[in-house]
Amino acid sequence: MAEDVAIRAEGLGKKYLIGHAIERERYTALRDVLARSARNAWRKATDLAHGHALLAGGAVEEFWALEDVSFDVRRGEVLGIIGRNGAGKSTLLKILSRITEPSAGRVTIRGRVASLLEVGTGFHPELTGRENIYLNGAILGMSRAEIRRKFDEIVAFAEVEKFLDTPVKRYSSGMHVRLAFAVAAHLEPEILIVDEVLAVGDGEFQKKCLGKMDEVSRHDGRTVLFVSHNLDAIARICHQGLLLRGGKAVFSGSAAETVEQYTRAGLGPSQSLEDFREPRSPKGDELVAVWTATAEGMPSSTFSQGQSIQVGIVVRLKDGATRDFALVIENRDSRPLFTTHLTDCSAPYSVGGDATFLVVIKSPSLRNGEYLVSLASFIPGSQRICDSVFHFPLFNIAGGRAAFPADRRWGDLYFPIEWQIAPQQRREGNAQATAVLRPARAR
Amino acid sequence: MPETIVFDRRRVLILEPGRAERHYWRDLWAYRELFVILAWRDVAVRYKQTVIGVLWAVIRPFLTMVVFTIVFGRLAGLPSEAGAPYPVMVFAGMLPWFLFSTILGEASSSLVGNANLVGKVYFPRLIIPASSAVVALVDFAVSLAILFGLMLWYGFWPSWHLALLPAFVALAIVASLGPAFLITALNVKYRDFRYIIPFIIQFGLYVSPVGFSSAIVPAQWRFWYSLNPAVGVIDGFRWCLLGGDSPLYWPGFVLSLGVAALFLWLGTAYFRRTERSFADLI
Repeated sequence: MAEDVAIRAEGLGKKYLIGHAIERERYTALRDVLARSARNAWRKATDLAHGHALLAGGAVEEFWALEDVSFDVRRGEVLGIIGRNGAGKSTLLKILSRITEPSAGRVTIRGRVASLLEVGTGFHPELTGRENIYLNGAILGMSRAEIRRKFDEIVAFAEVEKFLDTPVKRYSSGMHVRLAFAVAAHLEPEILIVDEVLAVGDGEFQKKCLGKMDEVSRHDGRTVLFVSHNLDAIARICHQGLLLRGGKAVFSGSAAETVEQYTRAGLGPSQSLEDFREPRSPKGDELVAVWTATAEGMPSSTFSQGQSIQVGIVVRLKDGATRDFALVIENRDSRPLFTTHLTDCSAPYSVGGDATFLVVIKSPSLRNGEYLVSLASFIPGSQRICDSVFHFPLFNIAGGRAAFPADRRWGDLYFPIEWQIAPQQRREGNAQATAVLRPARAR
Repeated sequence: MPETIVFDRRRVLILEPGRAERHYWRDLWAYRELFVILAWRDVAVRYKQTVIGVLWAVIRPFLTMVVFTIVFGRLAGLPSEAGAPYPVMVFAGMLPWFLFSTILGEASSSLVGNANLVGKVYFPRLIIPASSAVVALVDFAVSLAILFGLMLWYGFWPSWHLALLPAFVALAIVASLGPAFLITALNVKYRDFRYIIPFIIQFGLYVSPVGFSSAIVPAQWRFWYSLNPAVGVIDGFRWCLLGGDSPLYWPGFVLSLGVAALFLWLGTAYFRRTERSFADLI
């Protein structure tokens, strides 16, 4: 294996056994095992008595959470791993961080690994901030001497100086996350494995974290494996990308290409409404169906930039009370981009039963990428949201030009823009132009 | 390009099915700081949360001692050992027994209680039940102080055997860890296993010579009685704390040691065999 390869995975696989009986249980109880084996023994005995062949293993099914995945990560490289829920990202990270063993294949890792699959693993609410820094640091693999050396830096990064000797249970959730990330950010492994940890904290802090990750890879030359749903972050921070689907590696290339492959793939058939329904208020209104189509009504989930999008919604209302509906379009990081209300265009809805709406978004100025929709129903004029909020990926906007493979752009909006290169002018002309501006600035 | 990280060539890690077994003991050593910190956390949390925590460590053995002294010493009229007052003899036997039962109780729930760690970070899992045993050791220290108080009260002086106490404490820990590892691993796989633990502890309290001296066991049974590893440990403690007049029954002591060693081997082996699937089960 070449010296500059930090991680090499060859034909990696992870198999889980799903027993039909076990499937429904969250954990095994000895009494069930005893009962089951007694039942099996009885069945086998009767089978034998009747002269039937014995069927072994009929109740167990194999499930490959990860299958035949191979890749190389070079030293100092940042690899972004993307894929939908259940694609095998977490399983892959768990194998690489030695939490679980592979069932097939082989991984060769060169260098000290630290994995950050969760922010604040092992934080204890009764212990103070200071104590938790030591605890969490040790859990992440730092020595006490190392933590002592970086202690002040960690505290400064987390901005919790005043609360160091307060039990963490009294911390606000923001402080909690900041402290946890600060410890993790000061790990100094050669290889860092990070899972979706940036999904927490406020925008300002997320930016700080991303900056830190960038710094870690760029300046310190560490190898980083990064899993995120934040495609923007992937495209910005990572050099290489790996796209997983159904446990298999379906694409690998530059980060920008991988993100594009992912968004182009659109919503697969595995994406059902059920996966995104929030169980917050089971007695509320029920979202029965949602779809997107072109303005002419042709079903589609991929649109070109500037193309009008029709969103269809069917909601089953639990009663006949007057309702307003709000549709929020969000980017992949769940940041709202804009909101539209039913009452913007018509009177509130007061019929009850199954309500069907067709919402046309005319020429949205959205950049290429994947967008989410939230729907809320509520009683007009009151702040009280009486019913469920649904949240699910809805459509892609494809196309747009990436000028070069590592094209990393900020923002979600797209406008038809023209750049013109004006002919070069003589110095006098320039002086004139500034002279024109001067009175305006003085005002 | 300047190299900012020095790569250690020996640090090549290979992950393959069934490979986790290698380097296990080396890893265990490498993670010793985590062991210390987890043990410290358990102790800190236990004594931080409640004054009751400390009080409990005092009240429980004290009341048990009172009951046993009344039931076995007064009502049943059983003899003490080595001329020691009955309460002192009971307490000397209770020390290792409570150490054993606390380790068993703490360890068995430790892995399930630390499920978030097991699912998110790698380290040799043996650290978790082992570090929870340290809490038991702190309770043990509290009980030991009570015993010395009791000895003062009765004006009873231990002999030079007391110097060997650390060795017997180590023996008690080793004898406890074997069954503890076994039950911890079983408890991850079969969650209803925890219902068995209080039964083992309660049952063990009566079949082990806690409330009485093992000298009252008929001579022909005494050797086989020592199949219970707690017998050897408790006899050892009494020999150590009550002085030279409490004779040690050597064949039984050696047998108890053998059984304890067997349990340690069995517990560790089973724990390690099931350890790799902990993260998938928990």
